[in-house]
Amino acid sequence: MTLEPQIWREMGLTDDEYERIVTILGRQPNYVEVGIFAVMWSEHCSYKTSRPALKTLPTEGPAILQGPGENAGIVDIGDGQAVVFKIESHNHPSAIEPYQGAATGVGGILRDIFTMGARPIAVLDSLRFGELNSPRVRYLFDGVVAGISGYGNCIGVPTVGGEVYFADSYEDNCLVNVMCVGLIDQKDIKKGVASGVGNPVMVVGAKTGRDGIHGATFASEELSEAAAERRPAVQVGDPFMEKLLLEACLEVIKTGYVVGIQDMGAAGLTSSSCEMASRAGTGLEMDLALVPRREEGMTPYELMLSESQERMLLVVQQGTEEKVTEIFAKWDLDSVVVGQVTADGLLRLKEGDKVVAEIPAKALTDEAPVYHRPTEKPAYLAEVQDYPVDALTMPDDYNEVLLKLLASPNIASKEYVYQQYDHMVGLNTVVRPGSDAAVLRVKDTNKGIAMTTDCNGRYCYLNPKTGAAIAVAEAARNLVCSGAKPLAVTNCLNFGNPEKPEVMWTIWQCVEGMAEACRNLETPVTGGNVSLYNETKGNAIYPTPTIGMVGLVEDLNKVCTQGFKQEGDVIFLLGENLPELGGSEYLKIHFGLEQGNAPVLNLELEKKVQQLVLAEIKSGLIQSAHDCAEGGLAVALAECCMAGNLGADITMVRRFRGDALLFGESQSRIIISINQEHSVELVKKMVEAGVPYTQLGKVAGDSLLLNVVNPGCSGCGGNLLNLPVAKLAETWRGAIPCLMQ
Amino acid sequence: MKFGVVVFPGSNCDADCLHAIKVVTGQPVEYIWHKSGSVDGFDCIVLPGGFSYGDYLRCGAVARFSPVMTPVIDFAQRGGLLLGICNGFQILTEAGLLPGALHRNKNLQFLCHDTHLRIENNQTPFTSLATAGQVIRVPIAHGEGNYYADTATIQQLEENKQVLFRYCDPQGEITPAANPNGSVNNIAGICNRQGNVLGMMPHPERCAEDILGNTNGQLIFQSLLQQWQRRCG
Amino acid sequence: MFQAKIYVTLRKSVLDPQGGVVRKSLYAMGYQNVPEVRIGRYMVVDLEVADQDAAAKQVRDMCDKLLVNPVIEDYTFELVEV
Repeated sequence: MTLEPQIWREMGLTDDEYERIVTILGRQPNYVEVGIFAVMWSEHCSYKTSRPALKTLPTEGPAILQGPGENAGIVDIGDGQAVVFKIESHNHPSAIEPYQGAATGVGGILRDIFTMGARPIAVLDSLRFGELNSPRVRYLFDGVVAGISGYGNCIGVPTVGGEVYFADSYEDNCLVNVMCVGLIDQKDIKKGVASGVGNPVMVVGAKTGRDGIHGATFASEELSEAAAERRPAVQVGDPFMEKLLLEACLEVIKTGYVVGIQDMGAAGLTSSSCEMASRAGTGLEMDLALVPRREEGMTPYELMLSESQERMLLVVQQGTEEKVTEIFAKWDLDSVVVGQVTADGLLRLKEGDKVVAEIPAKALTDEAPVYHRPTEKPAYLAEVQDYPVDALTMPDDYNEVLLKLLASPNIASKEYVYQQYDHMVGLNTVVRPGSDAAVLRVKDTNKGIAMTTDCNGRYCYLNPKTGAAIAVAEAARNLVCSGAKPLAVTNCLNFGNPEKPEVMWTIWQCVEGMAEACRNLETPVTGGNVSLYNETKGNAIYPTPTIGMVGLVEDLNKVCTQGFKQEGDVIFLLGENLPELGGSEYLKIHFGLEQGNAPVLNLELEKKVQQLVLAEIKSGLIQSAHDCAEGGLAVALAECCMAGNLGADITMVRRFRGDALLFGESQSRIIISINQEHSVELVKKMVEAGVPYTQLGKVAGDSLLLNVVNPGCSGCGGNLLNLPVAKLAETWRGAIPCLMQ
Repeated sequence: MKFGVVVFPGSNCDADCLHAIKVVTGQPVEYIWHKSGSVDGFDCIVLPGGFSYGDYLRCGAVARFSPVMTPVIDFAQRGGLLLGICNGFQILTEAGLLPGALHRNKNLQFLCHDTHLRIENNQTPFTSLATAGQVIRVPIAHGEGNYYADTATIQQLEENKQVLFRYCDPQGEITPAANPNGSVNNIAGICNRQGNVLGMMPHPERCAEDILGNTNGQLIFQSLLQQWQRRCG
Repeated sequence: MFQAKIYVTLRKSVLDPQGGVVRKSLYAMGYQNVPEVRIGRYMVVDLEVADQDAAAKQVRDMCDKLLVNPVIEDYTFELVEV
């Protein structure tokens, strides 16, 4: 029987792809088979568009135990322990139903971590929305935060960090990128492989319902009103079930009975089964009649495509089924043998005795189509980059500008968000949300793990390559400021419609920039996720290649935070101030412009600055460290003051525009404070290392004072900033709650 | 002194409580599974925080009918030391071991941050090492910690000095601004009339080690140990 | 067999912040004649009981023991034969 073209087209397959299926099978596929191919060959599952670019990323390094291709990446942290981590997007579901979309995003990434045998110890969320003056945006923002809070808090994994940005380009396409970090003893690492012919295959966890049929396809198309009507594609999460599943899986993995295990995420039973078989070079035979279900009358198609949450696929050693079932029963969970591993490389699905689908497993994974889509440099770039920012009038009142910046939702305190997340459960959170990076201790050791997510979408819009490189550099800088050595990256590439050559060009540029920075800073990419088609009515989001990074703190006693620590400490700025204003938050807030070029990134300088700061945090010389990011030097100083509840007395030489000096966002800059008696020693080290520095002043009083002197012009000097720290803090803390009322 | 930490399905501060008790008191401590029919041999039982049974229906409502609750209630009625933290407090009120109820925070949001607590009564086994009116800093993490009881019950609690902790500002003043969730009279923790059962929303186990930047929570575990040693040691 | 439709609301004396927020939103939307909103839970419980009185007794019992917290909540229910 031949299917109508409309059927595969509606499932998202092209006619060419359909022909390819016919060639692979050597016959016409049936409805179930087409459905399976359609999800597995969707952008979301196959990375068919992004794969050529992703292949250029550096993925190897001495600490990397598992690179891309598994459920999550793994890095060595010594003592036989490892960190398992990954970031994933849940953008499309969150745009339709923010609470459940975000909640199931958390649930999915947690499963990716504990499926490898690791206990999840932290979650971070990188969120992007339109501007908060829109009621719809406030609804999405509140819903997403509540969803993360609802799921993460319940399961008891602390949400320790992340970022929140607001820009018009995300108005119709919010981004919800969730990263999870887990801890594991290397001997317990499990992979998603279906090896050992004859080994039983088990479905465990929640029963299968009709939720989320074709969710993966849904995530691979532009959002439209028609897509909104497909609301059933949004799944509902059950964090209580997930908590039981987490405990049961970790308990069962400890027994050694498990051969392979994989979460049923996007494309549910389909992706988990064919990926496990494909990795092992085996086949799988399953009787779908045996799958526990929530509703009567579910077809094989529905059972294979359902994205019901909180389910796992296990391959266990023959003869251990009963013991495995016993453990799941202890946690009140279903576990059922539905089939076994075969030698023929086929995914064979049956309903009772009847074969309902038979597809080579590798055809669904490794042999998925790959597209080398055309690229073209977007025309807007020249226009924005050449914008004459130098011609803009300088402000009269720098105090007022600083307060405006601190009240900008992109810079303002995110306390409103993170106080809704339980960020302490687990008793590991040594540095809580709000500093440069979160730091968690590793119990029974003196080690810590630092983690952060970073990306400035505006930089990537203005200059995709530099913007993406900056995301990597800033992530590493944040870890270094916390006293951690950056180890590895997970990335979440959020872009518009790749069928547009301009979007495809930005994807390549971003990946190139990311690859270069990762190579230079020795932080390989261990995997991640790609989310394309973040585009509505032709308006694409800013290119947003979110970077998640983990680092190792070798000595927990040497953790560093951004707040000034002690009156009289000397404040230094490491790195260079350049007369740059492009892409700054200042331009946006003060002039309403998102123009100019992204700040310049010199990776050699970046590395030097980072190495010196890390070494001197370890040596105990540095008291506080904070990277200069959005809002520039003035905002960074204000943040150091607020976090330490101490003032600062700063004097600087002004060599160019005062607004560029205070609010420009030059890269590779870190503000540190040190005890006065060490200042000569530190200067010597900076000179030796060739790190440019400026002595800014001292920690003093309860106000932020900043004066400039101008050698060439006697009238140009004077006081630019004079604000009580209490006033800074009030403005910075109050901004988002005020907007949300 | 032997501590027991009850594990309900959905408990998520069970491991934290076990860890803190071990580190602070150095005493033996074990988990008690929710299907367990006995709590014999324990000197102090902790009902930890979390989302027992997903907090479906109402927080603590389903946990209260766990098999383990029969011996736990019996243990408390015989004068055993019973400490409910966060979800544990909710379970204690649902089980009728403590009066009142905990409902949604006034701002409808889950809240996780440090709070200051004034210790209102230091004549209990949970607070014996505190000075009267001492202010401690302890984090909260809950969506439903808004303590409510009718006027008569509140009056009784106050008269009997059953309110052990009240949310206050850093100086110890009981102000509306210091009340994170809308609790009547800024109540953060209460004990039963006999003084052997304590329920509190803040998490003392989260501030019991130097590395976490705050050791104020040690006071509760140390008081328990000291009292026990005085009686039985 | 009977079906019980159980309505649980916060007691009059207990502040209902959720209801308050909804009332304010309705007001802002132009529904200014809504002095109060109370939000509660609605449960449908099927009972394999033949006798209506027995069913009612059982529902009351379930409410008092588990489904309702009398400290803060009130309930009403109706029984339908199915």
